[in-house]
This record gives sequence, structure tokens and C-alpha cells, in this order.
Amino acid sequence: MKKNLAKLVLSAGLALSLAGVAQAQTSLLNVSYDVARDVFKDYNPRFIAAWKAKSGEAIEVKQSHGGSSKQVRAVADGLEADLVTMNQPTDVSFLADKGLVAKDWNKKFANNASPYTSTMVFIVRKGNPKGFKDWSDLAKPGVTITIPHPKNTGNGRNTYLAAWGWALRQPGGNDKSAAAFVGSLLKNAPAFAPGGRDATTNFIQRGQGDVLITFECEAELIAREFGRGGFDVVYPSQSVLTEFPVAVDKVVDKRGTRKQAQAYLDYLWSKDGQENAAQNYLRPVDAEVLKKYASQFPPIKTFTVEEVFGSWEKAFSTHFKDGGSFDQVFAAK
Amino acid sequence: MRHSSSRRVLPGFGLSLGYALVYLSLLVLIPLGGLVARSTQLSPDQFWDIATSSRALAAYKVSFGCALLAAVVNAVFGLIVAWVLVRYEFFGKKLVDAFVDLPFALPTAVAGITLTTLYANTGWVGRFLEPLGIKVAFTPLGIVVALIFIGIPFVVRTVQPVIEDIEAEVEEAAATLGATRWQTFTRVLFPALFPALLTGFTLAFARAVGEYGSVIFIAGNMPMVSEITPLLIISKLEQYDLPGAIVLAVVMLVISFVLLLTINLLQWWTANRHSGRHVDAGAQA
Repeated sequence: MKKNLAKLVLSAGLALSLAGVAQAQTSLLNVSYDVARDVFKDYNPRFIAAWKAKSGEAIEVKQSHGGSSKQVRAVADGLEADLVTMNQPTDVSFLADKGLVAKDWNKKFANNASPYTSTMVFIVRKGNPKGFKDWSDLAKPGVTITIPHPKNTGNGRNTYLAAWGWALRQPGGNDKSAAAFVGSLLKNAPAFAPGGRDATTNFIQRGQGDVLITFECEAELIAREFGRGGFDVVYPSQSVLTEFPVAVDKVVDKRGTRKQAQAYLDYLWSKDGQENAAQNYLRPVDAEVLKKYASQFPPIKTFTVEEVFGSWEKAFSTHFKDGGSFDQVFAAK
Repeated sequence: MRHSSSRRVLPGFGLSLGYALVYLSLLVLIPLGGLVARSTQLSPDQFWDIATSSRALAAYKVSFGCALLAAVVNAVFGLIVAWVLVRYEFFGKKLVDAFVDLPFALPTAVAGITLTTLYANTGWVGRFLEPLGIKVAFTPLGIVVALIFIGIPFVVRTVQPVIEDIEAEVEEAAATLGATRWQTFTRVLFPALFPALLTGFTLAFARAVGEYGSVIFIAGNMPMVSEITPLLIISKLEQYDLPGAIVLAVVMLVISFVLLLTINLLQWWTANRHSGRHVDAGAQA
């Protein structure tokens, strides 16, 4: 038994030292959310080439993708991420609370540390048979909406806040009218998909619902995957601006990769990085690049979570914590 | 099963017991102990409030109710499948036998996604159920379907060897003594099968209680209606509420342990009773 244990320890040590050797070449680990695969698959070669040209150093970028809250928990539990690229500010704030990224992380880069944005739009059946134009249409009786879980998923939370914010900004809108509106909207959801992609599958492949609410960039991915023949995109009068915050993890000081990690994220704001975002249907923050790709980004009035809810933290605790506004909709039944 | 300890075939009781204890501790007891220990960070009042919130109570009902229903269905139909596989010869028997194990191997998410596609009102099965007013996908019934799928091999594989061991002569003897077919089944065969069936039932039930991957796709995940406890735990984690998640996990653990212990005692009792009456009919465990 003792011998076996010794062997186990020995082989674990060996594996660790091998991992150390493999890291001799500079590499960065980008820990990211689930559906960012395509964005960074396209971005990494661009950065690697630019970095090689600038510094002469060959660099390798590894990706880790998963549900964003699970990803940051892995980072907090010791996954050595040089940088994180997330789709919810609360996830980066969580790392800030754990002391892994700077407290003022959203000031470390321009645009609230979000190199590109998106917004929540409606995907409807081809020809828009039910004539959806705005959020109010989705809460009408007889409509079925397909959305991911509003409490457990980033996609669902953005949908929830978009609907709430829209109702709040209507003439005479207040918290009570917004709660009533969101309540009747959720009554039209017969199910909550466990994730954004599963909601898409429910809508496109299983034919569930009259309308799917999702990110603008997701619409393009649906078109690439399933063809453009089956659906139309409808832009509501207003929607929430969704941000994709990035941050450097303090682990870079231990790994000696601060310079590279900083450069990796800075490059997201370069023309090249912004073009990459636009080509993946994320709205670039660079006005020139946005203009160049204007045809794929119809103008839409957006509001930020800060404007309407004060801050993400506030929005989160008012609406998604246990006993928050989402739970109240279901407790009332 | 109950050989006296003076007749050990293999030596090394101390070593093997030590190994068993260390192995169980490292893999089961220490992680679970850590879980319970961390739950004590909360005051008893806080613990109780989280454990008995209306959402949590509804979720326990869904989790344990659906698991129980699925295990009962599996016990009945698993027994039939096992019986057919042992007692009858037919073309493709080996293939069918192999199919039984598939739910063991298939990633549960794949099972969940496939079942959802089949049972959605546009799916191959769901479209025929829809006109009858039966909705499976995105309802608690869907949860039961997923749990039946993942649980069936547990029943078949525990009952199968026992049926193989029952000699055909036992049935013949019953027949010559004037037993009807029903009597032969209820008085002769079923008592011999019951302990194994109970084991299979328990395994299927335990597996179903903890199942997450296949269920979340088909469940619909509506609060108070089709929300399983593991989803509520994930929901807590998504709020960075680790203590809350641990509370629910500990409650699941305690309920499961009590249920499994009860079933084990019941099984021990029936096996005892049964082997006292029919010594050679298969006193297994």
C-alpha cells in the first residue's frame, strides 16, 4: 500500500515536471465562455503573427471554453489562466473579489474593458408569420417563446434584463409595470433550455416556439450552421447592450507572461482585432470598422445595464439572486 | 453470502480490509465528509431555511418522485427483458443483449439531447403522442423517460444471472405438485428473484436521483414544476452561492443514504427469510 502510494506520488510529480518542460515555449491560456470558440479560433493566428512581427517571439495560445460561471470558478480554484475573455461582467467581478484580477479591471482597457459588444434580438420563423415587431408582441397571449434559463445562463439573463429595461423605458414605465410585463413574457415560455445553444436547437431543429431571443452574433452562427432559409432576424425598438469583458489574471506575474497577455488583449482593439470581431458578427467598438461592416449591423437603440439598473452587481442581486424578481414570478403562481 | 469467518478461502484479511477502508475513504468518505464539514459553516437556522425553501421542496419532490417512478417502471420491464433474454432463443438475441448495456456507455448528455428530439412535439415519437394530449418533452414525464433510459441496464444486469441460476426443474417440480402458472411465478420464481430485483431497483433509483446530464435537456427546467435538485444546485453555483449549493447537496446525500439504507435492510431481511425456506434456489446477493 505504502509502496503504491509512493509510486503514485512519484508519477504525479513526473507528470507535473513534464508539464513544466512543455511550458518552456511561451504560451498563453485564454479561459473563455462557451460560444467564443469561433471568435478566438480566428483571432489567435492574427495575434500570433502580429506578435511575431513585433517582438520576434513565437507564442502559443491555448483556449479553454465552457459555461462562463464554471470557467471563472475553475480559475478561482487554481486553473492558471493568463487572461480571461468572458461574456458577463459579473464573472470578471467574481475574479476581482477573489483577488485574481485588478479591482478596477473595467478601467484597465477602453470601453469598459469590452472590445466588442452585441445585443439581444429576435429570431422568428421565415417571413415573420406572427408579425413580431417589438418586445410587447412577445408577451401577447398565444405566443410561445424559446429562451435559455433566465436565472442560470448569461444568454437568459441578458434576455431578461433586455425585456425588463425595455418595459422600464416605456412611457409611464416603472418597476411594477416592468415586473408585470416580464411576468407575462415568461408565461409564454413553456420551457427553459439549459444553455444558449440548446435553446437554438429547440427553436431551429425541434421547431419549438414562435420566436427565439438570443445574441445578434448567434443569429449569424445559426445561419452558417442551418442555412438562411428558415428564419428572419427582427430588431426590437430597444435592447440591452451586451458586453464581453476581458482581463489579465495576476497569475501572469508568476508565469512571466504579463507582457504577452497584455499585448494579446490590447490587440483586440487594433484594426485587425476589430475586423475579426466584425467578421464574427460582434459589433466592433472602433467607429471606422463598424462603418465598414455597417450592412451587417442595422442600427438599434441600446441601453447598458449600468444605465438602467445601476450596475451589473445590482441587477444581479435584484433579479437573479434567490428570492429576486425572477423567483417572484414563479412564487406568485 | 454468509460464510462463517473461520472458513476464509483467501488469506490476508487485515491487508484487504485495510485496503478497502483506505480506498473507500479516499474516494467516497473524505470528499463527502468535506462536503458535510463545509455545510457546518452555516448556522442551523440558515441551513434549515435554504434546505426547506419552497423551491427546494418542490425540487426534492421532482427528483425523488421521478426517480422512484422510473425505478418502478424499470423493475417491471427490466425483469421482463431479463426473462426474455435468458429463457427464450430468438434471432438477434446477442445483439439485443448488447443493446441493454448502451445506456451505461452513452454520454448522458447525448441521451438527453436524443430523447428530447424524439419526444418533442415535432419528434418521431412526440408527434404521435401530441394528438393524444400527452406531452413528454419539457414536462416531468420527460424526466421520467430519461431516467428510465439510464436505469434499465441496472435492473436487467442484476436480475439476469439469477434467472440463469434458476433450474427449469424447479418449475417442473412446481407443476407436478399441481401449482398453476401464476402460483409457480408468485410462490416459486418471484421469491427467488426478489432480492436481486430489489438490488437492481435500488441501483436504478440511486443512479436516477443523482442524474443531471440527460435530464436537463428534456426537463424544461420550470421552477416548481420540472426543476430537479441537481439543477437547483447548479443554479446556486451560478450565483456564486457555494454554501447554498452545499446545503442542497447535503440534503440529497442524507435522503439518499436513508433510502438506500432502508432498502438494503429490507433486502437483507427478505434474503434472510427467503434463503431460510428455499436453501438452494439461489441465495445470492
